[in-house]
Amino acid sequence: MAKHHKAIAQTSAKMAALVVAMFIFAVWVMPPIYDVFCDIAGLNGKTKGKYQAVEATADTTRKVQVRFVATNNNGMQWQFGPDQELVEVHPGQAFVTHFKAYNPTNNVMVAQAVPSMVPHNATDYFFKTECFCFNQQVLGPGESAELALKFVVDQEIPKRVNSIVLSYTLFDVTADSTEMVKQKLEEMAGELRNHSGAMQPELKLTTTANTITQ
Amino acid sequence: MAHGPAKGISRWLFTTNHKDIGSMYLWFSFAMFFMGGIFALVIRAELFEPGLQIVEPAFFNQMTTLHGLVMVFGAVMPAFVGLANWMLPMMVGAPDMALPRMNNWSFWILPFAFAMMTSTLFMEGGAPNFGWTFYAPLSTTYAPDSVTFFIFAVHIMGASSIMGAINIVATILNMRAPGMTLMKMPLFVWTWLITAYLLIAVMPVLAGVVTMMLMDIHFGTSFFDAAGGGDPVLFQHVFWFFGHPEVYIMILPAFGVVSAIIPTFARKPLFGYSSMVYATASIAFLSFIVWAHHMFTVGMPLFGELVFMYATMLIAVPTGVKVFNWVTTMWRGSMTFETPMLFSIAFVILFTIGGFSGLMLAIAPADFQYHDTYFVVAHFHYVLVPGAIFSITAAVYYWLPKWCGKMYNETLGKVHFWLAFAGLNITFFPMHFSGLAGMPRRIPDYNPLWADWNMISSIGSLLFGAAQVLFLYIVIRTIVSGRKATDGVWDGAEGLEWTVASPAPYHTFTTPPEVK
Repeated sequence: MAKHHKAIAQTSAKMAALVVAMFIFAVWVMPPIYDVFCDIAGLNGKTKGKYQAVEATADTTRKVQVRFVATNNNGMQWQFGPDQELVEVHPGQAFVTHFKAYNPTNNVMVAQAVPSMVPHNATDYFFKTECFCFNQQVLGPGESAELALKFVVDQEIPKRVNSIVLSYTLFDVTADSTEMVKQKLEEMAGELRNHSGAMQPELKLTTTANTITQ
Repeated sequence: MAHGPAKGISRWLFTTNHKDIGSMYLWFSFAMFFMGGIFALVIRAELFEPGLQIVEPAFFNQMTTLHGLVMVFGAVMPAFVGLANWMLPMMVGAPDMALPRMNNWSFWILPFAFAMMTSTLFMEGGAPNFGWTFYAPLSTTYAPDSVTFFIFAVHIMGASSIMGAINIVATILNMRAPGMTLMKMPLFVWTWLITAYLLIAVMPVLAGVVTMMLMDIHFGTSFFDAAGGGDPVLFQHVFWFFGHPEVYIMILPAFGVVSAIIPTFARKPLFGYSSMVYATASIAFLSFIVWAHHMFTVGMPLFGELVFMYATMLIAVPTGVKVFNWVTTMWRGSMTFETPMLFSIAFVILFTIGGFSGLMLAIAPADFQYHDTYFVVAHFHYVLVPGAIFSITAAVYYWLPKWCGKMYNETLGKVHFWLAFAGLNITFFPMHFSGLAGMPRRIPDYNPLWADWNMISSIGSLLFGAAQVLFLYIVIRTIVSGRKATDGVWDGAEGLEWTVASPAPYHTFTTPPEVK
């Protein structure tokens, strides 16, 4: 009987270990490998992170249409949209465009833009050297900003891809970024102090793109 | 050892007896089956005609969600665990389950889990309304506050299933009577062994996915929140990595039940025993590599669609082996058609229909049309109702005489079968058509185009519900006033469980039987 009990305890311990292993797999292994996998395969239209520009010559024989779409996530009150909705670029040619964001509320708000691309396989050939989506954006009440996006379409892009849609969804992440809100409030208080003696009619709160994107 | 059960309520509260615990599981699941059934009838009543008549859309969503959750986690899974508790020790010649105290615990946490989950119906903001698949961000960003109760309820159900599964593996691997080699085990034992491994492998994944939801909702993580760098599609991958093995958890023990019943009433040994074992194992293995066929429309690359499509179609091979083996077992047998056999034959036929609609859904390009329509609803009800529910019903009729020592009324049993069979087909067959005509699932109001199919479905559901009330009556009547059953009960039945008296004594096989 004692031997019996030992065998049962051993089986149960092995099974319990498997349970723990599978829980760890689900929470700590699956999400990272999913991200890596999507990164490699360019799945879900996830565009790549910051790209170091390399010397390249533009392929002037081809043109690729890039269409920009801006959407606000549910409940996000900013006005957000591209300056140019449709641009045509030569593969290999660096291109700079801007998005406008305006915070109409009376609060300091923080936003995060999340990119997505169609067709999915274009993500391997679309490189952003500068993008406001790399960082969270903070805007004070009534403040607006020009958000810069600098990108290159790779010369290797397949011939059949001649139109790319790049969509940005803007999320309100104020609740999760109290640190940035605090900084912004301090900055605003500071500016107010500096300008109060100088009798400037209005505060120049419009930030330029290069202060936002590193 | 000769002492009997304790007296009064403490018998049930503190019991470590596998038969007592098995009975509690079965009664609990029966109660949940009726509760989930009432939720289903609310759905069918609302869909009887187009337009909003009976319930608010928000409440309708709560009904579809709770119907699914209660049926999957409250009715089907506990019923199979109950059958396992009652039958496994008797089938392998063991005196009890390997871990009897844990067995008590794994049952008794279940009623609390379901009390917690259904109590959300009475909370402000209502019960979970995001469907039984609880896709993020519906179940995170946009969920009612009661989602936290749902998450903890799922944690408890998961713990219960995991403990039950560990117990079953420990029993089967260590407690078999001398001479009972693995390849001599009845197929019900085999299918449960494999099911238990599936449970141990994927219930922690379910616990993981609800834990990630909990973190996203309350602790500021962004596993599934795109704004924080997460991805809602990740939810679907993790969920279906659990979810697809889960659907086989609900069907493999059914295969075991049917593989016990058909040989008895065909009076022939099961055809292709070892191929049945290997087919079961293959189905279990394949269940881990097909999950994304639930998400063909999510935007996968062509290569992914192809891999998951072919892997899914591959499942038809071992399943086909099983169906052919059941048919071949019946071939030229001296068949009689008692109630358990009727339910088993209906299982083979109707489950095959569900399998075929599954194959249609497996075709990725066609799935783009079927996705999230009533065709999917028809498909999974055809595999779960005649699959899981019919096999559980068959198992109850087959083993009830052994459990309570009394025989059920054969005429009433047959009436139950035909009512259930008609009700099921009238309810679910038209859903194929409304689905192909484009009716989406989980909607309280719909285009009048689908009105006729829906009216037929609703009438059928009432018939099916009535059949189950008759089932309850038959079971109670058998226990109270059935005529005495013999020890062998069925004349073609083989197996250790039929060598003990009817009703089975409180303690069986305290000295292990000799298996030749």
